Amino acid sequence: MTAAGTTDTRREAPAVRRVLAQARFEALGLLRHGEQLLVSVVLPVLALVGLSLVSSPQLAVERWSDAARIDVLAPGVLALTVLSTAFTGQAILLGFERRWGVLRLLGTTPLGRGGLLLAKTTAVLAVLALQLLLLGGVAGALGWRPDVAGLLPAVVAVVLGALALVSLAACLGGALRAEAVLALANLVWVLLAGFGGTVLPAVALPGEPLLSLLPTAALGDALRDAFVLGAWNVRALLVLLVWGLLAGLLARRLLRWSD
Amino acid sequence: MSEGDPRPYAVELRDLTRSFGATTALRGLTLSARHGEVTCVLGPNGAGKTTAVEIAVGLQRPDGGQVRVLGRRPYGAGADHRDRVGVMLQDGGLPQAVTPRALLPHLARLYSTPVDVAELAGRLGIPAFERTTVRRLSGGQRQRVALAAALVGSPEVVFLDEPTAGLDPHARREVHVLLREVAARGTATVVTTHSFEEAERLADRVAVVVGGRVAAAGSVDEVCSGAGAAGLEEAYFALTDGVSL
Repeated sequence: MTAAGTTDTRREAPAVRRVLAQARFEALGLLRHGEQLLVSVVLPVLALVGLSLVSSPQLAVERWSDAARIDVLAPGVLALTVLSTAFTGQAILLGFERRWGVLRLLGTTPLGRGGLLLAKTTAVLAVLALQLLLLGGVAGALGWRPDVAGLLPAVVAVVLGALALVSLAACLGGALRAEAVLALANLVWVLLAGFGGTVLPAVALPGEPLLSLLPTAALGDALRDAFVLGAWNVRALLVLLVWGLLAGLLARRLLRWSD
Repeated sequence: MSEGDPRPYAVELRDLTRSFGATTALRGLTLSARHGEVTCVLGPNGAGKTTAVEIAVGLQRPDGGQVRVLGRRPYGAGADHRDRVGVMLQDGGLPQAVTPRALLPHLARLYSTPVDVAELAGRLGIPAFERTTVRRLSGGQRQRVALAAALVGSPEVVFLDEPTAGLDPHARREVHVLLREVAARGTATVVTTHSFEEAERLADRVAVVVGGRVAAAGSVDEVCSGAGAAGLEEAYFALTDGVSL
């Protein structure tokens, strides 16, 4: 086995290089994970295609009432994809990586715990970019015509939403046993996909004032306002920011590195 | 081999205490390891070996006592410190959905001075199963991948928690040869084990941990003569029988 450096010659690999290497490793893992792709790509595509073929439930409501159904549906499905990848997928992965000791082992490498969390977040954002492009393409084929002026607010909303949902995933996946995380993360996905203001806007649901404060509803509203109206929904972005900060602080307390 | 090594101890654990609720894992454990030597840590299950290793690699903070690894406190130490320390945990810590062929080169990229991954993997017989995902590997195959992961950064100190558990005799022999080579290059090699034969074959120094303390430490001969025993197995039982954990 070839010997390597001594104390005098060692200079640790740059942090950016380590984080990017781990992010690439994590992203490839996410893209190869069949069950994860089912939830984060196949189900959103099915929702997009299925709901574009029917006229109920009513999606073009309130300030989006003049828009075509697909124009309101597509941003909601993008929000659903962010929920799937950033929350459900990451919570389950984190739960099982704690079980397997992966987090502890990587915490002893030069990458460290902070680097690992940063790499995971980077990987989620990179994978989301690919997934959203794919879904955007499918939606385009179904007739979606987004307002180009909404691109920047949409990117900001996706980043804030992903950070908030990843932090929430760390609270769940970092605190409970892997089996409990698996059950709860899927249950939360079903509830938030159906009644969390993602595909179906919160304004169309009972309890709208409260529902609109959910991160999924805020993300859905911010994306609908961006792509339908070409507008910034500052309130929704603030809601996402607050969720991100609160969940991040909570995750610092709850996240345990072993099962 | 390092009688003349001017460097301070690579690993120094002094008077460590650690409790988990009502359970006391360490009761003043003191242990050291030198560069260029294999230090085998023996002890019954629950004696505190794994807790001591996890403190030494920075995964846990002791309740009391002092820890120095390469002159640094490991808990919260920076990437430059972790770059010099290799770790093999008892539970392996390997991601399950990847192959050794993908994992080991990736881990090597995290270190400043990695070893030749192909050469290391070849020594451990990993190419025979390198395209199989970790979750489908046998226990012994996973052990070999985890050992490779600990050595891939060319560490100055390596902590190996039961590295040969589950290995067949041929693989165990090859691991012993490899670890002697690693130590011969100057690496402080700390190995926890339940095998007297392994300790006698491998160790420059042994430490017998019982009930959260080191009951005896030194060369195999020193530990045996201190316990009035003819061999390490006899010394071990003399030191551990009747001690509550």
